[in-house]
Amino acid sequence: MPDGTMQPPVLRVEDLTVRFTRRNTDVAAVNGVDFSLQAGETLTILGESGSGKSVSLKALMGLLPAYAGVSGKVWLNGKEILGLPAAALAKLRGGAVSMIFQEPMAALDPVYTIGEQIAETIVQHEGCDNRTAMKRALGLLEQVKIPSAERRLKNFPHEMSGGMRHRAMIALALACKPSVLLADEPTTALDVTVQIQILLLLRQLQAELGMAIVFVTHDVGAAAEISDRIAVMYAGRFVETGTTRQVMREPMHPYTQGLLSSTVHGGMRGRALETIPGSPPNLAELPPGCAFAPRCRYAVDACRQGDIPVVTTETGAMARCVRAEELVEA
Amino acid sequence: MSAALQQDPRDRGGPAQPLLIVENLTKHFPVRGGLLNRQVATVQAVDEVSFSVRKGETLGIVGESGCGKSTTARLLMRLMNPDAGSVVFDGDPVGEKRGISVSDMRRQMQMVFQDSYTSLNPRMTMAESIAYAPRMHGLGRKEAYDRAENLLSRVGLNPRQYARRYPHELSGGQRQRVNIARALALEPRLVILDEAVAALDKSVEAQVLNLLSDLKESLNLTYLFISHDLNVVEYMSDRVMVMYLGRVVEAGPVESIYRHPRHPYTRALFASKPTLDPDRRTTEMPLTGDPPNPINPPSGCRFRTRCAFAQPRCAETLPLLAAPFDGDADPSHVVACHIPEAQAAVAVHHA
Repeated sequence: MPDGTMQPPVLRVEDLTVRFTRRNTDVAAVNGVDFSLQAGETLTILGESGSGKSVSLKALMGLLPAYAGVSGKVWLNGKEILGLPAAALAKLRGGAVSMIFQEPMAALDPVYTIGEQIAETIVQHEGCDNRTAMKRALGLLEQVKIPSAERRLKNFPHEMSGGMRHRAMIALALACKPSVLLADEPTTALDVTVQIQILLLLRQLQAELGMAIVFVTHDVGAAAEISDRIAVMYAGRFVETGTTRQVMREPMHPYTQGLLSSTVHGGMRGRALETIPGSPPNLAELPPGCAFAPRCRYAVDACRQGDIPVVTTETGAMARCVRAEELVEA
Repeated sequence: MSAALQQDPRDRGGPAQPLLIVENLTKHFPVRGGLLNRQVATVQAVDEVSFSVRKGETLGIVGESGCGKSTTARLLMRLMNPDAGSVVFDGDPVGEKRGISVSDMRRQMQMVFQDSYTSLNPRMTMAESIAYAPRMHGLGRKEAYDRAENLLSRVGLNPRQYARRYPHELSGGQRQRVNIARALALEPRLVILDEAVAALDKSVEAQVLNLLSDLKESLNLTYLFISHDLNVVEYMSDRVMVMYLGRVVEAGPVESIYRHPRHPYTRALFASKPTLDPDRRTTEMPLTGDPPNPINPPSGCRFRTRCAFAQPRCAETLPLLAAPFDGDADPSHVVACHIPEAQAAVAVHHA
């Protein structure tokens, strides 16, 4: 999004870098990620396993282990939050920024009822009494469309079905009306019929509550359903960003093009799939220059050295590729 | 293709004989509980499933988790014994006196699983893993290892580089290639692929799908392709079978099923597919709620509790697979639904 917009961004990230250094390995998981996000906007970070998309989210939430070296700047509602002391971070988490995960069983506490868990969050952050909090919890379960919410409030997580647990986890994350919701592959483990329900629910909740969403996924289909903008991540860097339409229709970066052409969709029978050769790079030994160059059929010598220039179009799309301009024209 | 099949010395029944005929395959698991650990309920994991697989074709099985597609695969391989039903492999009943034994059947039918890591022995090198089954079946050490190296290069892994590696030294996509090589080591005729590409990244998934298509062509294979990914099943299969709570609700040629789905469940399933088009996003939920628990499923049609067309008779009698009411339909397209309007409805879910 261009910086000249009226509203200041809810979330701004500048040069976020994460390195995991242990004994003799040095893994460069995230190598300088920048983005900013307006209220009510959804940014999808699309990438394959090991691209650094989940690590970026966890770095924002301060959820990485102590040996992770996190640097860069993150502003939430204009306040810098990276490197805040643990107590201050704990206040933010579940308050102004909250997170949903792929596996709700790991996000919910098995020994407390859904109602107790939601109420606890509200009491912690807002200091109201338990009864008010419980009433709010009931309202939240209704908002995420859990049938017979009153009864479900007293359920333990294991008493609910998979889709229902997902809804409960979303209710918990929204308990204190966060301004940013971080979603880490929230629909990956779900069946298609449940996945579409959760995506539609998130879209509807966003329209009602106006929070910004950072949605991390490897699934191009889910990204097309939910996002306003897409950032394609490869080896710890955004290699392409743009509106959902720009990225899906006119991808500029060869990696994005390869990712889209190797995603099977309807009406492709009888044709061989165009694949990306090779496999993603080892993050402990990243090549100089463009990390995608060894797999890229357009790679030239300039790709293998130095920093790769960023190409920005008039419409605000970005690609980190030496040859992006000539490839688009071709 | 048929000429090549006729030359295959293992082909006993001729090209018209389906490679696999499955009839009324059933598996119910008891649920025990209570003070005396009595049986309190039954999971009807697979219930009266019948289908056949022709030589050289790919049959896709789709359905949500818990619909019985993986249990069906395990029953076919006899990794568990069915409660009822028969399996006929190329004209020979499996596990019966006048047919072929389970171990003979397994030489000709192999399986690739979803989790590439847990299906390989962590203490065996790739070559050892692939050579294991041929050696067990009486091949000499040298021949077995030659075959392993041959297969490694066939699945796109350089044997000089990979034969001596252990599973943890390979990426997920490479491990799945090894699993495919191992499944091919006994020169099977039918390969069951149970979510074989589900755990792979998209760029790697495409590579493995291309590999599977090439292998099928060059080795005259027949595939049973099980997946929850509707796009991948459409891409790979010649015929498709849709399962819901342990029963087949619809089956037929892939074009017919994908273009004119007749069962309300199949339609809802297809409508739930993300569109991959930001201008045609899904606006309505095709189905609400989760699939019901397969413990004590609904009476009659198992889908009736989520079906918009359900009528009293759907609860009373179980619909059987039959040709659609619409006369124009492909006769090999079968659907298990009582209600003509439900079969004829056209779903419009995308804006």
